[in-house]
Amino acid sequence: MTTNATRNYEQLNISGLHAYYGESHILHGVDLVVHRGELVTLLGRNGAGRSTTLKAIMNMVGRRTGSIMVNGEETMSCAPHHIARMGVGYCPEHRGIFASLNVHENLTLPPIVRSGGMSLEEIYSMFPNLYERRFSQGTKLSGGEQQMLALARILRTGANMLLLDEITEGLAPVIVEKLGHVLTQLKEKGLTIVLVEQNFHFAAPLADRHYVVEHGRIVEEVRADELSAKQSVLDSYLGV
Amino acid sequence: MSMIFGVPLAVLSGQLLIGIINGAFYALLSLGLAVIFGLLKIINFAHGAMYMLGAMVTVLMFNALGVNYWVALFMAPLLVGAFGVVIEYFLLRRIAGQDHIYSLLLTFGVALIIQGVLINWFGVSGLRYTMPDMFKGGINLGFMFMPYYRAWVIVAALLVCFGTWFVIEKTKLGAYLRAGTEDSQLMQGFGINVPLLISLTYGFGVALAAFAGVLAAPIYSVTPVMGSTTLIVVFAVVVIGGMGSIGGAIITGILMGVIEGLTKTFYPPASSAVIFLVMVLVLMFRPSGLFGKEA
Repeated sequence: MTTNATRNYEQLNISGLHAYYGESHILHGVDLVVHRGELVTLLGRNGAGRSTTLKAIMNMVGRRTGSIMVNGEETMSCAPHHIARMGVGYCPEHRGIFASLNVHENLTLPPIVRSGGMSLEEIYSMFPNLYERRFSQGTKLSGGEQQMLALARILRTGANMLLLDEITEGLAPVIVEKLGHVLTQLKEKGLTIVLVEQNFHFAAPLADRHYVVEHGRIVEEVRADELSAKQSVLDSYLGV
Repeated sequence: MSMIFGVPLAVLSGQLLIGIINGAFYALLSLGLAVIFGLLKIINFAHGAMYMLGAMVTVLMFNALGVNYWVALFMAPLLVGAFGVVIEYFLLRRIAGQDHIYSLLLTFGVALIIQGVLINWFGVSGLRYTMPDMFKGGINLGFMFMPYYRAWVIVAALLVCFGTWFVIEKTKLGAYLRAGTEDSQLMQGFGINVPLLISLTYGFGVALAAFAGVLAAPIYSVTPVMGSTTLIVVFAVVVIGGMGSIGGAIITGILMGVIEGLTKTFYPPASSAVIFLVMVLVLMFRPSGLFGKEA
């Protein structure tokens, strides 16, 4: 499946992206490209603009200028629900599990946006905990289970580009490891993934490329095969 | 004749019946307010005007075109609901996300305009609407006389309330509404057309009010001001039940109607104040309402 042609297909192309929340100017000209089937991380310190970049892709920030192409289509004037229907699945940092819905309702809430999504059976076999607790209130789950639910929810819809915001934050190592396996499986299925991640050791073995975000700009791009060579540069940006 | 606490049974059950009927109207109206508040986060001060429009449309359609009661029962909510969608699209949408006070003033203004225009055309003395023939008369239950129409009002209101509760709590569309109530931005990020959902929700909420208006037309005096007096009580009911709880709005509505009816029997001077007294007590001991979630 992974021929050169699909590898070079630009699923996401952002150029000169500025974003604002009211008076505050958060993104100062972000440029990045994500090819189909790639797993790309956005690394950087808190407040650098990584989450805002994902929200800007979804048109969930106050105001944006610049260009965001999804599958070669300009989306700057699209409403969020149109962007989702282009096959973009968004998993917010706060997870967004609905308290008034049970696990099953949470899981089946997002509408199917494309064919080829995972079936409920596949999802429940990937996350057996969710099946056991399918009739529990969504917010009664543990943090790790809620995170899995938030991720599982967008796998059903057929979205082929996932925007994942800090999915390992605050979770136990065994859950983080599980999420790592899941991301590997999703990558094997050919999904494109943009991962905002604080935990570099989680992201490093999974990602094809890393972008370092600072002060609302991309300041460094590191391919997986350059990691050891550029380790000191990364360390200085991430302050680890 | 049998007496209960010194009150004849027939009087007590008669007042209870009136209480349940008033309660059915409170339930329908506060249900619509709760549905609208849930998704739009606005307090719809135009709700009373929409109830009044439902009744006025029923009378006017009958007088001008001879449209019968059953057709009006569907047409009036449909027309008023469509009118609500227009108001949402052209007015409410522009102040979405602003402080509550903006939507409060805007919907209050809309209510005053609707009411003012209708007063200008029809005055405040009230229009007559003749009860459909099939509802004339009633049945003697032994302890009281039950007019057919009043029985129908209770059945129809309860059916619509239950149907609304069922759709919101048990269906996919209802799951969208419940989720949208919590985080409508994320819902839109999943590909759901939230602006459309909001328009339709407002339309549906005011259609419930109009439905109550049609039910009211044969038994209450139909005037342009009938909504504004009812709405004050309905707001108290909503405060007692807790804003945003669907089941709570229904149960509280009926309960308050009954309490009002009982007060009318045992201590008539307090009957118009009793709901507000309950409201004060509820606010003191459960500020988020009987069925509201602790904020």
